Amino acid sequence: MKIHEYQAKQLLRAAGVAVPQGIVARTPDEAAQAFTTLGGSLAVVKSQIHAGGRGKGRFTEHPEQRGVVLVRSAAEAQQNAARMLGSTLVTIQTGEAGKQVNTLFVEQGLKIARELYLGIVVDREAGGPVLIMSSEGGMEIEEVAKHSPEKILQEPFDAVAGLYPYQARKLAYALGLDAAAVRSAEKFLPKICRFFVDYDCSMTEINPLVVTEDGQMLALDAKVTFDDNALFRHKDVVALRDLSEEEPAEVRAADTGLSYVKLNGNIGCLVNGAGLAMSTMDLIKLHGGEPANFLDVGGGADEDQVTEAFRIILADSNVKAVLVNIFGGIMRCDIIVSALLNAYEKVGFNVPLVVRLEGTNVEKAREMLQASGRAIIAATDLTDAAQKVVRALNA
Amino acid sequence: MSILVSKATRVITQGITGNSGLFHSQKCREYAAECQPGVDVFVGGVTPGKGGTTVDGFPVFNSVREAREKTGANTSMVFVPPPFCADAILEAADAGMELIVAITEGIPVMDMLRVRRGLEKSTSRLIGPNCPGVITPGVAKIGIMPGYIHKPGTIGIISKSGTLTYEAAWQLGRVGLGQSTAVGIGGDPINGTSYIELLKMFQDDPGTEGILLIGEIGGSAEQAAAEYIKSHVTKPMAGFIAGQTAPPGKRMGHAGAIISGGGGTAAEKMSALSAAGVVVSASPGGMGEAMLRAMQRAS
Repeated sequence: MKIHEYQAKQLLRAAGVAVPQGIVARTPDEAAQAFTTLGGSLAVVKSQIHAGGRGKGRFTEHPEQRGVVLVRSAAEAQQNAARMLGSTLVTIQTGEAGKQVNTLFVEQGLKIARELYLGIVVDREAGGPVLIMSSEGGMEIEEVAKHSPEKILQEPFDAVAGLYPYQARKLAYALGLDAAAVRSAEKFLPKICRFFVDYDCSMTEINPLVVTEDGQMLALDAKVTFDDNALFRHKDVVALRDLSEEEPAEVRAADTGLSYVKLNGNIGCLVNGAGLAMSTMDLIKLHGGEPANFLDVGGGADEDQVTEAFRIILADSNVKAVLVNIFGGIMRCDIIVSALLNAYEKVGFNVPLVVRLEGTNVEKAREMLQASGRAIIAATDLTDAAQKVVRALNA
Repeated sequence: MSILVSKATRVITQGITGNSGLFHSQKCREYAAECQPGVDVFVGGVTPGKGGTTVDGFPVFNSVREAREKTGANTSMVFVPPPFCADAILEAADAGMELIVAITEGIPVMDMLRVRRGLEKSTSRLIGPNCPGVITPGVAKIGIMPGYIHKPGTIGIISKSGTLTYEAAWQLGRVGLGQSTAVGIGGDPINGTSYIELLKMFQDDPGTEGILLIGEIGGSAEQAAAEYIKSHVTKPMAGFIAGQTAPPGKRMGHAGAIISGGGGTAAEKMSALSAAGVVVSASPGGMGEAMLRAMQRAS
């Protein structure tokens, strides 16, 4: 799960991590008021959407307007906010459709001496969290990794003990920070590492992490992703969820206990098991088709779930054919077919449906399909299924 | 011969009074009874607070230690719900279980980091979590896989995915190959046993003549396995990687199946395995054929 920058900063501040002063604004007047309250001669007005690349992003309705702007007066804050709020911001991460901006974050301007990069993730192979830092603040870390990997510093730390001050100093010296900034880092870095562990994050990224002219380390931006499996113990985080930032079909699927990811192709797939679902997408592609989605109905899907799965797949207007691939293990094939036939009736199919079944009670299931008289195309194995669905699409 | 599960295996189920814990314990008991008539392989279960009761003939104990002492079990199958599962795994290790098979899906990563650290000083081996389990066809199964699709034979399977393993076993059956043991290592970012540890076990197992490795996008465990294979595995191998068409940054069902920062792609993994001499099938429909080709090439 992702949250907005201003929400991440609220959590970070509560955890003792230094962040600039900032105020949320939902109207142009609130933006002006925020500028005045902050009291400085400079402020930054930042669009709050989950996607990155906001600073370089532009609004569809106001092509000259950037997603993040520096303002020098309350009036300027108000004018910019009026163009930003309710408008559509397109960044390299939003896709062409862009995202509507409903919330702004107005932050105090800082006198910045250094811009750094900070990221924390779990290193699977080492089996623990790792703090990643770089002198190249503001750049995509993937780009730095490609072009100057020597500029990336990695410091694994123990999830229980946290990051030790000596580890913070080691990084600070390697980044060439001055004495005041080293002292600030000694406080900042262990605290943000503690935040990462305590909040069950899967990623925390501060880009840029800044050092001010007076040697203070602060999180100028904040991108936090949480481990979905741990949300049960973070009710405060769940309360921050913004459903308007998520793909509606994916939200609907998750509510039904289905795992669904929307893709850009035209062959819908319904599969049991994540590995088999991924493989089914691969198979479609190998045979010249394009998958419209990933959809795993799980091991124990019932009729309601299968029906809802079909509804979600068919609600995507790109879908021109559907492939069902079920390997019945504990889940019996005849139960799947009965769910499938009922769903077929309820949902109303207007595109070709190819079904490949294997596993427990498959003979009975095939007879049921045959006897139904439905225009369902039966396939015998994976390759046959992929060929048939691609052919059905082109017919 | 086989790995992990043998005729000496005696199993208790943690979380036996839950729906899936009981259902799968029954299925496992049925399969073991067909394979080893007259022998009790699944000897009981644990649910704290329900000790002293029985459920469908399985004695229930309050703790794993008590269950081990009273039943002689050396293996635990774990169906405990995600919020309590890490604790259950650590309890099994503390009680001296040799093998712990964790089926539970959805354990927080931070909990698994603590489990991994807890197991460092232990002799217990953890398989999973978020996995179908382990089966030695014709002997016993510990997990949720359908027993009948796995035929006894000489191929070892190591896989991150459940249904894809069933698919593989079924394809192997169609080309006349059975399995010595099939192991699901699970689809989570942090798990108990790696490809490499299992490759070593299969390489050393006289009952295994070939190995099928099934991976997926995310992380670099398959690349590490490929490095190991180059210098340590002499048995013929085939492989498949799921997720060639997965978009970056999206979690594909399994918590671990996500391409991040340009790393962990299927293409990288496939080429690493090919370079290590593994016959890699580009299509999930060709896993059985690929294994057959690897076996023929070696003979």
